Amino acid sequence: MPLAATTRTLGQAGLFFFAVLRASRPTGDFGRELVREIYKIGARSLPIILVGGAFVGLSLTLLGYKALVTYGAANQVSALLGLGMYRELAPVLTGLLFIGRAGSSIAAELGLMRATDQITALGLMGIDPVGKAVAPRFWAAVLSVPLLTGFFCSAGILASYFEAVHVIGLDAGPFWQVMRDVVDFRDDFLVALYKSAVFGAIAALVASFVGYFAEPTIEGTSIATTRAVVNASLLVLMFNFVLSALFFG
Amino acid sequence: MTEPAAPIVVLRGLRLARGGRTILRDVELVVQPGEVVAVLGPSGSGKSTLLSALTGELEPAAGSVEVLGAPMPRGGRALLDLRRRIGVLLQGNGLLTDLSVAENVGLPLRTHTDLPDVLIRRLVEMKLHAVGLRAAADAMPRELSGGMARRVALARALALDPPLMIYDEPLTGLDPIASGVVMSLVRRLNDTLGLTSIVVTHHVHETMPVADRAVVIADGRIIFAGTPGELEASTDPTVQQFLRGAPDGPIPFDAAPRGADTGAHA
Repeated sequence: MPLAATTRTLGQAGLFFFAVLRASRPTGDFGRELVREIYKIGARSLPIILVGGAFVGLSLTLLGYKALVTYGAANQVSALLGLGMYRELAPVLTGLLFIGRAGSSIAAELGLMRATDQITALGLMGIDPVGKAVAPRFWAAVLSVPLLTGFFCSAGILASYFEAVHVIGLDAGPFWQVMRDVVDFRDDFLVALYKSAVFGAIAALVASFVGYFAEPTIEGTSIATTRAVVNASLLVLMFNFVLSALFFG
Repeated sequence: MTEPAAPIVVLRGLRLARGGRTILRDVELVVQPGEVVAVLGPSGSGKSTLLSALTGELEPAAGSVEVLGAPMPRGGRALLDLRRRIGVLLQGNGLLTDLSVAENVGLPLRTHTDLPDVLIRRLVEMKLHAVGLRAAADAMPRELSGGMARRVALARALALDPPLMIYDEPLTGLDPIASGVVMSLVRRLNDTLGLTSIVVTHHVHETMPVADRAVVIADGRIIFAGTPGELEASTDPTVQQFLRGAPDGPIPFDAAPRGADTGAHA
């Protein structure tokens, strides 16, 4: 029965979330694992985030300029870029890129740990596998995605500045002035970071959940990886609407 | 007169089931301190299910499991505490692939003790020395051969000096030389460290020379318990078929039909 199975899975995911929170103890070992994971899933995601941000900035600038120049408001392109990036595009696209790059890797790693007895071995050594293998990845994602969102915005704005000023020929002064006037630190920038932290938590939790409970086979790992990307991406898009409605509605 | 030491493992009237299917029934087993007990049986006979009960992963459907003088706890902190006193060598080794050999062996020590790093490093060297792999401390698990990885996993299982060692198919995937090395280690470590060992395997001929007692599981129950010599002399047709590896006999070669109640997970 699909409804019963879905309810059971949601219940398991909720319990898993509480298990992750309960297992998150600030020990020295946890700190070392956390730093290692921030490097693995955060720092190593930086190149695709920078490239992605730059091209989104370029596209948005080009399309925004084409639309605004008709009304003689070409200088407002940086307002469109700033608001669009901070409020919606940067958190969502960073979340989606992070899921593709790091969420899939978390699911695959935990699935392989299950298939190769690593999770069983931790339990048999009296070590909580959730605390050792899942909690550091979860908190690494919660901390990394907001930082990556900041880099995404910076790359997008710099690319946009280059295109608007050096290619299209707009004035540099109004470009920065309009953006400063329109983009609010608390209502836009901090909200982007809040949303990103939620998306990071969703990405890590979904990926960890499906990987941790994957069938202990190669096929099970492959299915878990696909599920992690699809389910986490859909959840990020859904939660983005909910959070946008809460913050900007 | 000194009192006899308390048994390390006591199984009484044990029935184990998975998914509602009985895998093992009427299991009676007492393991005394210092013994090396081989639990033998064909693939799918329920050996690994028995191991799951000994480590508290599987709760009995009936009967009792006592390990190290206390009933098996049902989950929670008590179970984690007990597991620190049981070393388990898994068939798949279970080495953490993103940690080096030394980090793997030191993992239980770092997690369960407050020892300073320098002492943990020294203890790790000693454990690796005990399995003949001191030089491999900085290697990653992917760089090890099957036999070396098994010995690293053995060193890690011994890290907290557990009084009871359980080996799950320790020879699977190993060549004859590596098998001989691992089995001689099992015996030597058992005697020098004062352990008690349970070896779950289907490798009869490699295991018998180091075992004090053998238990054979087939048809969902224990069909033989005795010394290796008594096992060799057994006239039970099931035992004989298993020892000789004969395709014809009471143990069917084909898989049991799905839904049958006597099947088992290996």
